[in-house]
Amino acid sequence: MNTLIFRTVAPYLSALMMLFSVFVLLRGHNEPGGGFIGGLIAVSAFAIYGIACGVSAVRRAMKYHPMSIAASGLLLAVLSVLPSIFYRQPAMTSQWLEMPFLGTVIDLSTPLFFDIGVYLVVVGAISSIALSLEERAD
Amino acid sequence: MAVTQTTVDTAAAMVTEAVPLADWLLVAPVLLTMAGGATAIIFRKKSFVQPWIAIATISLVILSNIGLLNHVLTNGVVTMVMGSWLPPFGIAFTADPLGALLALTASIATLCVAIFAINSIAENERRYGFYPFLLMLLCGVSGSFLTGDVFNLYVWFEVLLISSFGMQILGNEKIQIDGAVKYAVLNLIATTLLLTTTGLLYGLVGTLNMADIAGKIKALDSSGPVLAIAALYFLAFAMKAAAFPVNFWLPASYHTPRLVVAAIFAGLLTKVGVYALLRVMVLLMPEGRDWLASLIGLVAIATMLTGSLGALAQTDIRRLMGYLVIAGIGAMLAGIAVGNEVAISGAIFYAMHSVLIMTALYLLVAFMFQMSGTFSLRDIGGLYIRTPLGAAIGLVLLLAVAGLPPFTGFWAKLLLVAGALEADRGWVAAGVLVSGLLTTIAIGRLWIFAFWRGGNEHTMDGIQALPIAGSSDASEISWSIWLPLLALTALIVLIGVMPEALMSISDNGARTLLDPTEYIRSVFGGIR
Repeated sequence: MNTLIFRTVAPYLSALMMLFSVFVLLRGHNEPGGGFIGGLIAVSAFAIYGIACGVSAVRRAMKYHPMSIAASGLLLAVLSVLPSIFYRQPAMTSQWLEMPFLGTVIDLSTPLFFDIGVYLVVVGAISSIALSLEERAD
Repeated sequence: MAVTQTTVDTAAAMVTEAVPLADWLLVAPVLLTMAGGATAIIFRKKSFVQPWIAIATISLVILSNIGLLNHVLTNGVVTMVMGSWLPPFGIAFTADPLGALLALTASIATLCVAIFAINSIAENERRYGFYPFLLMLLCGVSGSFLTGDVFNLYVWFEVLLISSFGMQILGNEKIQIDGAVKYAVLNLIATTLLLTTTGLLYGLVGTLNMADIAGKIKALDSSGPVLAIAALYFLAFAMKAAAFPVNFWLPASYHTPRLVVAAIFAGLLTKVGVYALLRVMVLLMPEGRDWLASLIGLVAIATMLTGSLGALAQTDIRRLMGYLVIAGIGAMLAGIAVGNEVAISGAIFYAMHSVLIMTALYLLVAFMFQMSGTFSLRDIGGLYIRTPLGAAIGLVLLLAVAGLPPFTGFWAKLLLVAGALEADRGWVAAGVLVSGLLTTIAIGRLWIFAFWRGGNEHTMDGIQALPIAGSSDASEISWSIWLPLLALTALIVLIGVMPEALMSISDNGARTLLDPTEYIRSVFGGIR
């Protein structure tokens, strides 16, 4: 896969896919999408980047170890379950916070953070597998 | 958003009453272990803090489980539905005395293993994630014990299976991969069967909530499909529990992982299968249990006999322990086969006993290996003179697993035999007693060879052979090995001497299983 065209395009393509994965993640609550599918798109972005530029470049780009990313996602998902304890409601009951931001209203909610947690778990776990497989192939 | 406010009556679909804080104890074990496991993964390079993260987390889980058991015993069955959605749509976590008791016992066993592992798991294996796997295993096990939803039960089974695969191959040895393949293949088949059967059950009654199923199955006019589903569930969970004739994976795989890993496997994994059988056969489909009772009885006796005869035939201590696990599974199945209150109570008591004793016995094997340098009954010997305390612990644990008084196993078997005689199933009682006798011979052989005999099998009576090279002295055994062994032994003696409190809990659990009214009311009768 060491063609000039691919190596030139891959970083832009990966960046675009990362952006799209975040978009899919955020629209997930009311429309098709969500953390799992968003995470998979992000992992494909890393995989393409890895095929083009090598595994070490991907590891540099990710900055943190994939396993740590997955674990922090799990931690975030667990934390997002907890807030309802303060309202005397059962676990996982969604809490909403409407935040005005630059003229529009942003709905922040615990399901959103749960979804971000899922996103990180998927990104971390699958890219960890993908990277070690690609490393073997080298 | 300038949308006109519409008023929706959420009370029809959601929990609107305030939930007491104590109900959060239901989800605490799962959340704590998940958070602890995630933290342990983040700090996986710092192998010195790993054990302490795990020990702190599991200690919190134990405290929360004590609170939960107390809550259940004072206020009856407790239910919490996730996300406030009313059952049967919201996933319910429901704790009855059975689930709460086993969750507590499992967390105690896990804590002992976590302490034992401090000095017996190599540093690179710690980096490969022993402690995160241990915490996620406890997460899966606690979830299985506390969930009130059949599909959710399957999900927790997956969580604990995946963690157990990871733990099994810790060390990357060829023989471990071999054991793991046998273990994984049979467990995946069982899981597939479990999922398929759950699908069939959903097709039949249109719900996955256990309380809802228990109610709806009674209202069905044809019992044929229920019996078929009960038989399929029995096969699936019997595989997980290692009942005869689908028990071959256990002796083929439990001697390969690290002994601490085998300890937690033997303590927890098969017991989750038995727990699921109790839940499904007794609570959900009593009709199916009645229909299958004789078959379960035969399977139980065959399992007990394979277990105790297998234990008699082995010369490798680790394999011997594997067969003792199987013998215990047979005893619990006998309780399910008899199915009256006394016998179910016996099965619950035995499950609790089995979690503690099997964990303790595998830890004892690890201790014996360190003292003697061998697993073979032919080469081992002379441990009595080198560690009298170890010999005493060994004697207590081995007598307890054989079911001799005054230890926990005795009371469990007493309940089982009493229940079987009460229900006119003398042959089941005979099976329990004969298997107990054979187990006594097997453990007597083990104790005499390992502790009393001076050295290996060629040693003459009265002669103390030199220890095998590479074995350590009693003074070199670290506190992290003595502490869990002594704690488990003390617990087994304590419960054995004062069994009334636990018997009342297991009686209570059996009553709740046999008469699901309270269980159903807890889920549907409004959340307190």
